Amino acid sequence: MGKTLFEKVWDAHTVTVLPNGQTQLLIGTHLIHEVTSPQAFAMIRELGLKVKFPHRTFATVDHIVPTDVMFEPFADPLADAMMKELRKNCAEFGVTFFDRNTGKQGIVHVVGPEQGITQPGTTIACGDSHTSTHGAFGAIAFGIGTTQVRDLLATQTMALGKLKVRRIEVNGKLRPGVYAKDVILHIIRTLGVNGGTGFAYEYAGEVFDNFTMEERMTVCNMSIEGGARVGYVNPDEKTFEFLKGRPYSPQGAEWDKAVARWKSFASDKDAKYDDIVVIQAESIEPTVTWGITPGQGVFISENIPTIEASPESEKALIKEALEHMKFEGGTPIKGKKINVAFLGSCTNGRLSDFQEAAKYLKGRHVAPGVKAIAVPGSQVVAALCEKLGLDKVFTEAGFEWRAAGCSMCLAMNPDKLVGDQLCASSSNRNFKGRQGSVTGRTLLMSPVMVCAAAVTGEVSDAREVFKA
Amino acid sequence: MALAKITQVSGRAVPVRGDDLDTDRIIPARYMKCVTFDGLGEFMFYDVRFDEQGNQKQHPLNEERFKGATILISGNNFGCGSSREHAPQAIYRYGIRAVIAEGFAEIFFGNSTTLSLPCVSVSRADRETLQQMVEKDANTEITVDLEKKTVTANGKVFPCDIRESARQALTSGHWDPIAELLESGKKVDEVADKVGYMAVR
Repeated sequence: MGKTLFEKVWDAHTVTVLPNGQTQLLIGTHLIHEVTSPQAFAMIRELGLKVKFPHRTFATVDHIVPTDVMFEPFADPLADAMMKELRKNCAEFGVTFFDRNTGKQGIVHVVGPEQGITQPGTTIACGDSHTSTHGAFGAIAFGIGTTQVRDLLATQTMALGKLKVRRIEVNGKLRPGVYAKDVILHIIRTLGVNGGTGFAYEYAGEVFDNFTMEERMTVCNMSIEGGARVGYVNPDEKTFEFLKGRPYSPQGAEWDKAVARWKSFASDKDAKYDDIVVIQAESIEPTVTWGITPGQGVFISENIPTIEASPESEKALIKEALEHMKFEGGTPIKGKKINVAFLGSCTNGRLSDFQEAAKYLKGRHVAPGVKAIAVPGSQVVAALCEKLGLDKVFTEAGFEWRAAGCSMCLAMNPDKLVGDQLCASSSNRNFKGRQGSVTGRTLLMSPVMVCAAAVTGEVSDAREVFKA
Repeated sequence: MALAKITQVSGRAVPVRGDDLDTDRIIPARYMKCVTFDGLGEFMFYDVRFDEQGNQKQHPLNEERFKGATILISGNNFGCGSSREHAPQAIYRYGIRAVIAEGFAEIFFGNSTTLSLPCVSVSRADRETLQQMVEKDANTEITVDLEKKTVTANGKVFPCDIRESARQALTSGHWDPIAELLESGKKVDEVADKVGYMAVR
């Protein structure tokens, strides 16, 4: 009987089985950022411990950095304290830090892959639920809490229960104007926001074979929004091509050895899965969330659901969502007036996201009254975009072109919604208050759909707006 | 490291209704701008409890009769979203010592167990009954028994579930794994050598 990639990686990294039945798993790569690490460093300091593998620990700063003001100290003293704390901890414990002056700083899930740190057949963990992103390379990547960050700093291992594996095949060809973001929003809508609890998702099928690495990252990124802590795609030639020549990728003779090892981790043809779900690509349309969970999505052509027509078990949540969003059930999502357009985040803040968006923004302008910001996921992405002149396309279209960071995805930096603003957002969470205003409202969608909303001032079908 | 064995949690309970209560809701991101977990308890469910001017909203967490509750009862997929340990830390520091819900998000569940905060699941019908019981009488004495896997409310017994590894870790006093993880230091080095990518470059 064959094995899945998940099982192979799990077995290769198993240290021992603990008395309670959990596995002590070696984590090859530990990524850290300023929000979930300070307490962990304090804990190991208190225990008199050192970082066991400092050369396998990489830090960056993303959540709290302002994206419009470049100098320090930051205006927010709390954010500034976190910045200084991370710098101090990295220096004291010998951890590589992609600081703001390195040209490599950015959102941790953008930085890892672009530096070549994220590699197939490895285990990765980070105190951040979107760590599942790194699964796009055939790594098993876990979002963890701060106590586990402590465990990793001190031992490079953590205690975990083994996950089941669900293979999600998306077969066929996506229609024009349908993107990776639509695929994952559709998967979450179909399987539910907790459908993946206890599972690792293996994404497969023709659509994933054809996807670029950045598209695979977009899907793996939001696995956790479907309840799956881990999501991955089996490594293939595209994976190796992406990694070749990156700063932390194996070089010279080591490269061929690494590729051979990476290939060996791909799921066997006769691997046994705990569950298999098959989705037909042609059935997916551009998807927009209308509510307060990432599972509350509709196709752009559909209406927002009504309480009456919803299953009994969902009625309370749908009522709460409609009230918060100030939407009436049964009305089209299309045409809802937006106030803000946000392009960026660890889901959609990579070069190809800005390239695709710029393609359609060229020669167009953001609608009056709409605040639009484009925030590259890393300094490397920013530099690549600027080299291609994309920054000018965005600014000429009326977008603000910002510096790298998490920005308006979450309310830990100055980029926030105000009052009950409605935001067309390429980010990953539409939770109440997520974008910094208790009454703020978030609509998740693909970057091109964000641009369509930005130029028309309302939720629109990008295929109609851009005649694509 | 001798840790407390968590076999039973007894006390009064506060109902926090709703499914998919995410960790942003449990602890809004702005309160994560900190370098310690101290004081997080007072911000638990802050935007659920207070309006933008800081006035109390109508919510059981603001009701006098639920003050001092040590058990929280909620809906399905509790703790979904962000992996922030600040969420269970806030709940624990608020004074909650067990959470009863229909189901829990993966990362939240693990984070909570490591803090000795048991998360037990009950059926939708039993969750509704339990919430109604405490809403009617806030003095309802609830006991979560991890050995029997039951929730008892005023003598009425409901079955509950918890992942076996977590149950064992809690009841045997091994909920914080650091001591065990440190024990296999040499074995870790062996596995690290074997995986072939962890050498110093």
